[in-house]
Amino acid sequence: MGMETNGCACSVPTPAPGPGFWKSGGWLLAALPAWVALYLGLKPLADWLAFRVLGLQPGSRLGEAVAFFAYDGPKVLLLLGFVVLGVSFVQTFISPERTRDLLAKRTGAWGNLLAALLGIATPFCSCSAVPLFIGFVRVGVPLGATFSFLVSAPMVNEVALFLLLSLFGWRIALIYTATGVAVAFLSGWIIGRLRMEGHLEPWVMDIPFEASVATGGPSGLPARLAVSVEGVRDIVGKVWIYILLGIAVGAFLHGYVPAEFMVRFMGRSAWWSVPLAVLIGVPLYANAAGIIPIVQVLLAKGAALGTTLAFMMAVTGLSLPESVILRKVMRPSLLAVFLSVVAAGIVLVGFLFNLLM
Amino acid sequence: MKIEVLGSGCSKCKLLAERTEEAAKGLGLAFTLVKVTEYPDIVARGVMTTPGLVVDGILKCQGHVPAVKAIQDFLR
Repeated sequence: MGMETNGCACSVPTPAPGPGFWKSGGWLLAALPAWVALYLGLKPLADWLAFRVLGLQPGSRLGEAVAFFAYDGPKVLLLLGFVVLGVSFVQTFISPERTRDLLAKRTGAWGNLLAALLGIATPFCSCSAVPLFIGFVRVGVPLGATFSFLVSAPMVNEVALFLLLSLFGWRIALIYTATGVAVAFLSGWIIGRLRMEGHLEPWVMDIPFEASVATGGPSGLPARLAVSVEGVRDIVGKVWIYILLGIAVGAFLHGYVPAEFMVRFMGRSAWWSVPLAVLIGVPLYANAAGIIPIVQVLLAKGAALGTTLAFMMAVTGLSLPESVILRKVMRPSLLAVFLSVVAAGIVLVGFLFNLLM
Repeated sequence: MKIEVLGSGCSKCKLLAERTEEAAKGLGLAFTLVKVTEYPDIVARGVMTTPGLVVDGILKCQGHVPAVKAIQDFLR
Protein backbone atom coordinates (compact mmCIF):
# COMPACT_ATOMS: atom_id res chain seq x y z
CA MET A 1 0.00 0.00 0.00
CA GLY A 2 2.97 2.30 0.38
CA MET A 3 1.71 3.84 3.57
CA GLU A 4 5.18 5.02 4.61
CA THR A 5 5.67 7.22 1.58
CA ASN A 6 2.11 8.44 1.48
CA GLY A 7 1.52 10.71 4.47
CA CYS A 8 -2.18 11.17 3.85
CA ALA A 9 -4.05 9.75 6.80
CA CYS A 10 -7.29 9.53 4.90
CA SER A 11 -6.15 6.75 2.61
CA VAL A 12 -4.67 4.58 5.34
CA PRO A 13 -6.64 3.24 8.26
CA THR A 14 -4.52 4.50 11.15
CA PRO A 15 -5.18 2.54 14.30
CA ALA A 16 -4.11 5.18 16.81
CA PRO A 17 -6.62 8.03 16.42
CA GLY A 18 -9.55 5.89 15.24
CA PRO A 19 -13.10 7.13 14.67
CA GLY A 20 -13.66 7.60 18.41
CA PHE A 21 -10.75 10.01 18.53
CA TRP A 22 -12.23 12.16 15.76
CA LYS A 23 -15.66 12.06 17.27
CA SER A 24 -14.45 13.05 20.71
CA GLY A 25 -12.90 16.25 19.43
CA GLY A 26 -9.75 15.09 17.67
CA TRP A 27 -10.75 17.13 14.63
CA LEU A 28 -10.36 20.24 16.76
CA LEU A 29 -6.73 19.34 17.35
CA ALA A 30 -6.25 18.76 13.63
CA ALA A 31 -7.85 22.12 12.83
CA LEU A 32 -5.41 24.02 15.03
CA PRO A 33 -2.52 24.25 12.48
CA ALA A 34 -4.98 25.43 9.83
CA TRP A 35 -6.22 28.08 12.25
CA VAL A 36 -2.68 29.31 12.97
CA ALA A 37 -1.75 29.36 9.27
CA LEU A 38 -4.85 31.36 8.40
CA TYR A 39 -4.23 33.79 11.24
CA LEU A 40 -0.62 34.40 10.22
CA GLY A 41 -1.51 34.69 6.55
CA LEU A 42 -4.27 37.25 7.02
CA LYS A 43 -2.20 40.38 6.56
CA PRO A 44 -0.64 39.46 3.18
CA LEU A 45 -3.99 38.02 2.11
CA ALA A 46 -5.81 41.26 2.94
CA ASP A 47 -3.20 43.39 1.13
CA TRP A 48 -3.36 41.10 -1.87
CA LEU A 49 -7.14 41.38 -1.97
CA ALA A 50 -7.22 45.16 -1.60
CA PHE A 51 -4.30 46.17 -3.81
CA ARG A 52 -4.10 43.38 -6.37
CA VAL A 53 -7.57 41.93 -6.82
CA LEU A 54 -9.47 45.19 -6.34
CA GLY A 55 -6.62 47.24 -7.77
CA LEU A 56 -6.78 49.94 -5.11
CA GLN A 57 -3.84 52.27 -4.54
CA PRO A 58 -1.69 51.47 -1.47
CA GLY A 59 -1.63 54.57 0.71
CA SER A 60 -4.93 55.84 -0.67
CA ARG A 61 -7.78 56.33 1.78
CA LEU A 62 -10.12 53.80 0.21
CA GLY A 63 -7.34 51.29 -0.33
CA GLU A 64 -6.18 51.46 3.29
CA ALA A 65 -9.76 51.26 4.58
CA VAL A 66 -10.50 48.14 2.53
CA ALA A 67 -7.19 46.51 3.51
CA PHE A 68 -7.88 47.31 7.17
CA PHE A 69 -11.33 45.73 7.00
CA ALA A 70 -10.16 42.65 5.13
CA TYR A 71 -7.47 42.11 7.74
CA ASP A 72 -9.18 43.10 10.97
CA GLY A 73 -12.57 41.46 10.36
CA PRO A 74 -11.36 37.88 9.94
CA LYS A 75 -8.69 38.42 12.59
CA VAL A 76 -11.15 39.36 15.31
CA LEU A 77 -13.53 36.55 14.31
CA LEU A 78 -10.73 33.98 14.40
CA LEU A 79 -9.61 35.21 17.81
CA LEU A 80 -13.14 35.22 19.13
CA GLY A 81 -13.78 31.66 17.96
CA PHE A 82 -10.61 30.45 19.60
CA VAL A 83 -11.26 32.24 22.87
CA VAL A 84 -14.90 31.21 23.14
CA LEU A 85 -13.95 27.59 22.50
CA GLY A 86 -11.41 27.58 25.31
CA VAL A 87 -13.59 29.44 27.76
CA SER A 88 -16.70 27.37 27.03
CA PHE A 89 -14.64 24.27 27.74
CA VAL A 90 -13.39 25.57 31.07
CA GLN A 91 -16.91 26.63 31.98
CA THR A 92 -18.25 23.10 31.62
CA PHE A 93 -16.47 22.50 34.92
CA ILE A 94 -18.11 25.42 36.74
CA SER A 95 -21.81 25.22 37.48
CA PRO A 96 -24.05 28.02 38.71
CA GLU A 97 -25.26 25.64 41.42
CA ARG A 98 -21.77 25.33 42.86
CA THR A 99 -21.34 29.11 42.76
CA ARG A 100 -24.69 29.48 44.49
CA ASP A 101 -23.74 27.04 47.24
CA LEU A 102 -20.41 28.79 47.77
CA LEU A 103 -22.24 32.07 48.29
CA ALA A 104 -25.12 30.83 50.43
CA LYS A 105 -25.26 32.38 53.89
CA ARG A 106 -22.10 34.35 53.19
CA THR A 107 -23.01 37.70 54.66
CA GLY A 108 -20.87 40.80 54.79
CA ALA A 109 -18.43 42.35 52.35
CA TRP A 110 -16.54 39.10 51.68
CA GLY A 111 -19.69 37.61 50.22
CA ASN A 112 -19.94 40.55 47.82
CA LEU A 113 -16.32 40.26 46.79
CA LEU A 114 -16.55 36.51 46.25
CA ALA A 115 -19.77 36.94 44.27
CA ALA A 116 -18.19 39.58 42.04
CA LEU A 117 -15.18 37.33 41.39
CA LEU A 118 -17.26 34.20 40.75
CA GLY A 119 -19.34 36.25 38.32
CA ILE A 120 -16.33 36.39 35.99
CA ALA A 121 -16.00 32.65 35.60
CA THR A 122 -19.51 31.27 36.01
CA PRO A 123 -21.37 30.68 32.75
CA PHE A 124 -24.23 33.15 32.53
CA CYS A 125 -26.80 33.99 29.91
CA SER A 126 -29.08 36.94 30.50
CA CYS A 127 -32.07 34.81 29.53
CA SER A 128 -31.43 32.81 32.74
CA ALA A 129 -31.23 35.90 34.92
CA VAL A 130 -34.61 35.36 36.60
CA PRO A 131 -34.36 31.66 37.53
CA LEU A 132 -30.78 32.26 38.64
CA PHE A 133 -31.76 35.24 40.76
CA ILE A 134 -34.50 33.26 42.47
CA GLY A 135 -32.26 30.23 42.91
CA PHE A 136 -29.68 32.39 44.65
CA VAL A 137 -32.06 34.30 46.90
CA ARG A 138 -34.08 31.26 47.91
CA VAL A 139 -31.14 29.20 49.17
CA GLY A 140 -30.00 32.11 51.31
CA VAL A 141 -27.46 33.99 49.23
CA PRO A 142 -27.72 37.55 50.61
CA LEU A 143 -29.48 39.99 48.29
CA GLY A 144 -26.37 42.18 48.07
CA ALA A 145 -24.14 39.27 47.03
CA THR A 146 -26.72 38.21 44.47
CA PHE A 147 -26.53 41.66 42.93
CA SER A 148 -22.75 41.66 42.96
CA PHE A 149 -22.90 38.47 40.93
CA LEU A 150 -25.58 39.82 38.63
CA VAL A 151 -23.53 42.92 37.84
CA SER A 152 -20.20 41.23 37.33
CA ALA A 153 -21.37 38.21 35.30
CA PRO A 154 -22.37 40.02 32.09
CA MET A 155 -19.93 42.91 32.45
CA VAL A 156 -16.65 41.20 33.24
CA ASN A 157 -17.09 38.11 31.21
CA GLU A 158 -14.31 36.00 29.87
CA VAL A 159 -15.03 36.87 26.25
CA ALA A 160 -14.59 40.58 26.91
CA LEU A 161 -11.48 39.84 28.89
CA PHE A 162 -9.69 37.78 26.28
CA LEU A 163 -10.66 40.09 23.47
CA LEU A 164 -9.39 43.10 25.40
CA LEU A 165 -6.24 41.18 26.14
CA SER A 166 -5.58 40.23 22.54
CA LEU A 167 -6.56 43.58 21.01
CA PHE A 168 -5.34 46.13 23.55
CA GLY A 169 -2.87 44.27 25.73
CA TRP A 170 -2.85 43.11 29.34
CA ARG A 171 -2.92 46.54 30.94
CA ILE A 172 -6.32 47.58 29.64
CA ALA A 173 -7.70 44.06 30.17
CA LEU A 174 -6.55 44.11 33.78
CA ILE A 175 -7.89 47.61 34.38
CA TYR A 176 -11.26 46.67 32.94
CA THR A 177 -11.47 43.53 35.07
CA ALA A 178 -10.38 45.17 38.30
CA THR A 179 -12.72 48.13 37.95
CA GLY A 180 -15.59 45.93 36.78
CA VAL A 181 -15.22 43.74 39.86
CA ALA A 182 -14.98 46.87 42.01
CA VAL A 183 -18.23 48.27 40.59
CA ALA A 184 -19.98 44.91 41.09
CA PHE A 185 -18.64 44.60 44.63
CA LEU A 186 -19.60 48.12 45.64
CA SER A 187 -23.06 48.24 44.11
CA GLY A 188 -23.97 44.86 45.60
CA TRP A 189 -22.63 45.94 48.96
CA ILE A 190 -24.65 49.17 48.92
CA ILE A 191 -27.84 47.36 47.90
CA GLY A 192 -27.21 44.90 50.74
CA ARG A 193 -26.78 47.72 53.26
CA LEU A 194 -29.99 49.36 52.09
CA ARG A 195 -31.85 46.21 53.22
CA MET A 196 -34.17 46.05 50.25
CA GLU A 197 -35.30 42.45 50.68
CA GLY A 198 -38.87 43.70 51.03
CA HIS A 199 -38.77 45.26 47.59
CA LEU A 200 -38.76 41.97 45.73
CA GLU A 201 -41.92 40.89 43.98
CA PRO A 202 -43.78 38.69 46.52
CA TRP A 203 -43.92 35.61 44.28
CA VAL A 204 -40.14 35.32 44.37
CA MET A 205 -40.23 34.17 47.99
CA ASP A 206 -43.68 32.53 47.92
CA ILE A 207 -43.62 30.10 45.03
CA PRO A 208 -42.74 26.48 45.67
CA PHE A 209 -39.05 26.04 45.15
CA GLU A 210 -36.72 23.14 45.16
CA ALA A 211 -32.97 23.73 45.23
CA SER A 212 -31.45 21.56 42.57
CA VAL A 213 -28.05 20.07 43.09
CA ALA A 214 -25.37 20.57 40.48
CA THR A 215 -26.65 18.08 37.95
CA GLY A 216 -27.43 18.32 34.34
CA GLY A 217 -24.13 19.70 33.11
CA PRO A 218 -22.17 17.86 30.45
CA SER A 219 -19.82 15.12 31.61
CA GLY A 220 -17.06 13.32 29.78
CA LEU A 221 -14.62 14.86 27.32
CA PRO A 222 -16.69 14.40 24.13
CA ALA A 223 -19.77 15.97 25.72
CA ARG A 224 -17.72 18.87 27.10
CA LEU A 225 -16.12 19.50 23.72
CA ALA A 226 -19.49 19.27 22.00
CA VAL A 227 -20.85 21.91 24.40
CA SER A 228 -17.80 24.10 23.71
CA VAL A 229 -18.27 23.88 19.95
CA GLU A 230 -21.93 24.69 20.50
CA GLY A 231 -20.83 27.74 22.48
CA VAL A 232 -18.70 28.94 19.59
CA ARG A 233 -21.55 28.47 17.14
CA ASP A 234 -23.96 30.23 19.44
CA ILE A 235 -21.81 33.26 20.34
CA VAL A 236 -20.00 33.76 17.06
CA GLY A 237 -23.27 33.18 15.21
CA LYS A 238 -24.89 35.89 17.28
CA VAL A 239 -22.22 38.59 17.26
CA TRP A 240 -20.32 38.25 13.98
CA ILE A 241 -22.52 40.77 12.21
CA TYR A 242 -21.99 43.37 14.94
CA ILE A 243 -18.28 42.78 14.92
CA LEU A 244 -18.02 43.17 11.16
CA LEU A 245 -20.22 46.27 11.27
CA GLY A 246 -18.08 47.73 14.03
CA ILE A 247 -14.92 47.05 12.08
CA ALA A 248 -16.42 48.42 8.87
CA VAL A 249 -17.22 51.66 10.67
CA GLY A 250 -13.75 51.51 12.16
CA ALA A 251 -12.14 50.94 8.77
CA PHE A 252 -13.98 53.91 7.35
CA LEU A 253 -13.03 56.20 10.23
CA HIS A 254 -9.50 54.83 10.09
CA GLY A 255 -9.01 56.29 6.64
CA TYR A 256 -11.26 59.32 6.66
CA VAL A 257 -11.45 60.78 10.15
CA PRO A 258 -8.48 62.52 11.77
CA ALA A 259 -7.06 60.79 14.80
CA GLU A 260 -7.88 63.69 17.12
CA PHE A 261 -11.52 63.79 16.09
CA MET A 262 -12.92 62.23 19.29
CA VAL A 263 -10.76 64.34 21.59
CA ARG A 264 -13.29 67.14 21.68
CA PHE A 265 -16.21 64.86 22.52
CA MET A 266 -14.65 62.08 24.52
CA GLY A 267 -11.29 63.50 25.50
CA ARG A 268 -10.15 63.93 29.05
CA SER A 269 -10.95 67.61 29.26
CA ALA A 270 -14.62 67.03 28.38
CA TRP A 271 -15.68 65.96 31.88
CA TRP A 272 -19.36 65.74 30.94
CA SER A 273 -18.58 63.03 28.43
CA VAL A 274 -18.36 60.34 31.14
CA PRO A 275 -21.95 60.61 32.41
CA LEU A 276 -23.09 61.16 28.83
CA ALA A 277 -21.34 58.00 27.66
CA VAL A 278 -23.08 56.06 30.44
CA LEU A 279 -26.46 57.58 29.59
CA ILE A 280 -26.03 56.60 25.96
CA GLY A 281 -24.66 53.18 26.88
CA VAL A 282 -27.39 52.01 29.27
CA PRO A 283 -30.28 51.64 26.81
CA LEU A 284 -27.96 50.14 24.20
CA TYR A 285 -27.48 46.46 24.44
CA ALA A 286 -24.60 44.59 22.98
CA ASN A 287 -22.70 41.52 23.86
CA ALA A 288 -19.23 42.41 25.12
CA ALA A 289 -17.74 41.06 21.89
CA GLY A 290 -19.95 43.30 19.79
CA ILE A 291 -18.89 46.48 21.54
CA ILE A 292 -15.15 45.96 21.38
CA PRO A 293 -14.61 47.05 17.75
CA ILE A 294 -16.40 50.32 18.55
CA VAL A 295 -14.20 50.75 21.60
CA GLN A 296 -11.18 50.15 19.39
CA VAL A 297 -12.24 52.98 17.10
CA LEU A 298 -13.00 55.39 19.94
CA LEU A 299 -9.63 54.84 21.58
CA ALA A 300 -7.77 55.16 18.29
CA LYS A 301 -9.48 58.47 17.56
CA GLY A 302 -8.52 60.14 20.79
CA ALA A 303 -11.28 59.21 23.25
CA ALA A 304 -10.07 59.06 26.83
CA LEU A 305 -9.62 55.63 28.38
CA GLY A 306 -11.92 56.31 31.35
CA THR A 307 -14.75 57.56 29.15
CA THR A 308 -14.39 54.60 26.82
CA LEU A 309 -14.32 52.07 29.68
CA ALA A 310 -17.42 53.68 31.17
CA PHE A 311 -19.21 53.43 27.84
CA MET A 312 -18.29 49.78 27.47
CA MET A 313 -19.38 48.90 31.00
CA ALA A 314 -22.68 50.72 30.59
CA VAL A 315 -23.45 48.87 27.36
CA THR A 316 -22.58 45.41 28.65
CA GLY A 317 -23.49 45.69 32.34
CA LEU A 318 -26.78 47.55 32.16
CA SER A 319 -29.37 47.19 29.48
CA LEU A 320 -32.99 47.90 28.79
CA PRO A 321 -33.95 44.31 27.87
CA GLU A 322 -32.31 42.97 31.02
CA SER A 323 -34.10 45.56 33.13
CA VAL A 324 -37.42 44.48 31.65
CA ILE A 325 -36.61 40.88 32.57
CA LEU A 326 -35.49 41.80 36.08
CA ARG A 327 -38.65 43.83 36.64
CA LYS A 328 -40.43 40.47 36.94
CA VAL A 329 -38.64 39.74 40.22
CA MET A 330 -38.11 43.19 41.70
CA ARG A 331 -40.32 46.16 42.35
CA PRO A 332 -39.62 49.41 40.50
CA SER A 333 -38.01 50.85 43.64
CA LEU A 334 -35.36 48.12 43.79
CA LEU A 335 -34.84 48.17 40.05
CA ALA A 336 -34.30 51.94 40.17
CA VAL A 337 -31.82 51.63 43.02
CA PHE A 338 -30.00 48.86 41.16
CA LEU A 339 -29.73 50.84 37.93
CA SER A 340 -28.67 54.08 39.56
CA VAL A 341 -26.12 52.53 41.92
CA VAL A 342 -24.44 50.63 39.10
CA ALA A 343 -24.55 53.62 36.74
CA ALA A 344 -23.03 55.82 39.45
CA GLY A 345 -20.27 53.27 40.00
CA ILE A 346 -19.47 53.21 36.30
CA VAL A 347 -19.35 57.02 36.10
CA LEU A 348 -16.96 57.00 39.07
CA VAL A 349 -14.67 54.53 37.30
CA GLY A 350 -14.68 56.76 34.22
CA PHE A 351 -13.71 59.84 36.19
CA LEU A 352 -11.06 57.96 38.12
CA PHE A 353 -9.28 56.75 35.01
CA ASN A 354 -9.49 60.03 33.20
CA LEU A 355 -7.88 61.56 36.26
CA LEU A 356 -5.15 58.96 36.66
CA MET A 357 -4.14 58.08 33.14
CA MET B 1 -43.70 9.85 27.92
CA LYS B 2 -43.93 13.47 28.98
CA ILE B 3 -41.11 15.73 27.88
CA GLU B 4 -40.81 19.31 29.11
CA VAL B 5 -38.46 21.92 27.71
CA LEU B 6 -37.95 24.73 30.21
CA GLY B 7 -36.97 28.20 29.09
CA SER B 8 -38.38 31.64 28.52
CA GLY B 9 -38.01 31.43 24.76
CA CYS B 10 -34.45 32.35 23.92
CA SER B 11 -32.69 30.85 20.92
CA LYS B 12 -31.13 28.05 22.97
CA CYS B 13 -34.52 26.96 24.29
CA LYS B 14 -35.92 26.75 20.78
CA LEU B 15 -32.92 24.74 19.65
CA LEU B 16 -33.34 22.32 22.55
CA ALA B 17 -37.03 21.84 21.73
CA GLU B 18 -36.22 21.14 18.09
CA ARG B 19 -33.48 18.66 18.92
CA THR B 20 -35.57 16.92 21.56
CA GLU B 21 -38.39 16.43 19.10
CA GLU B 22 -35.96 15.06 16.54
CA ALA B 23 -34.45 12.74 19.14
CA ALA B 24 -37.81 11.41 20.32
CA LYS B 25 -39.07 10.86 16.79
CA GLY B 26 -35.83 9.11 15.91
CA LEU B 27 -36.44 6.66 18.73
CA GLY B 28 -40.04 6.16 17.63
CA LEU B 29 -41.37 7.11 21.06
CA ALA B 30 -44.92 8.02 21.95
CA PHE B 31 -44.44 11.40 23.65
CA THR B 32 -45.90 14.76 24.39
CA LEU B 33 -43.59 17.76 24.30
CA VAL B 34 -44.50 20.77 26.41
CA LYS B 35 -42.65 24.08 26.43
CA VAL B 36 -42.60 25.53 29.92
CA THR B 37 -42.02 29.25 29.48
CA GLU B 38 -43.34 30.90 32.67
CA TYR B 39 -40.68 31.70 35.25
CA PRO B 40 -42.60 30.37 38.30
CA ASP B 41 -43.05 27.01 36.58
CA ILE B 42 -39.38 26.89 35.59
CA VAL B 43 -38.19 27.74 39.08
CA ALA B 44 -40.57 25.23 40.67
CA ARG B 45 -38.75 22.46 38.78
CA GLY B 46 -35.47 23.44 40.39
CA VAL B 47 -33.88 24.87 37.27
CA MET B 48 -31.49 27.80 37.61
CA THR B 49 -30.04 27.99 34.13
CA THR B 50 -32.17 27.58 31.07
CA PRO B 51 -32.75 25.74 28.87
CA GLY B 52 -33.70 22.67 30.90
CA LEU B 53 -34.95 19.27 29.87
CA VAL B 54 -37.35 17.34 32.12
CA VAL B 55 -38.41 13.81 31.19
CA ASP B 56 -41.31 12.29 33.14
CA GLY B 57 -40.71 14.72 35.97
CA ILE B 58 -36.97 14.15 36.23
CA LEU B 59 -34.51 16.93 35.38
CA LYS B 60 -32.07 15.56 32.81
CA CYS B 61 -30.00 18.54 31.84
CA GLN B 62 -29.85 22.30 32.14
CA GLY B 63 -27.82 25.24 30.96
CA HIS B 64 -26.75 23.79 27.65
CA VAL B 65 -28.13 22.14 24.53
CA PRO B 66 -26.86 18.56 24.14
CA ALA B 67 -26.49 16.83 20.79
CA VAL B 68 -29.44 14.77 19.50
CA LYS B 69 -27.67 11.52 20.40
CA ALA B 70 -27.09 12.67 23.96
CA ILE B 71 -30.76 13.63 24.25
CA GLN B 72 -31.72 10.16 23.03
CA ASP B 73 -29.73 8.71 25.92
CA PHE B 74 -31.86 10.79 28.30
CA LEU B 75 -35.05 9.52 26.68
CA ARG B 76 -34.21 5.82 26.76
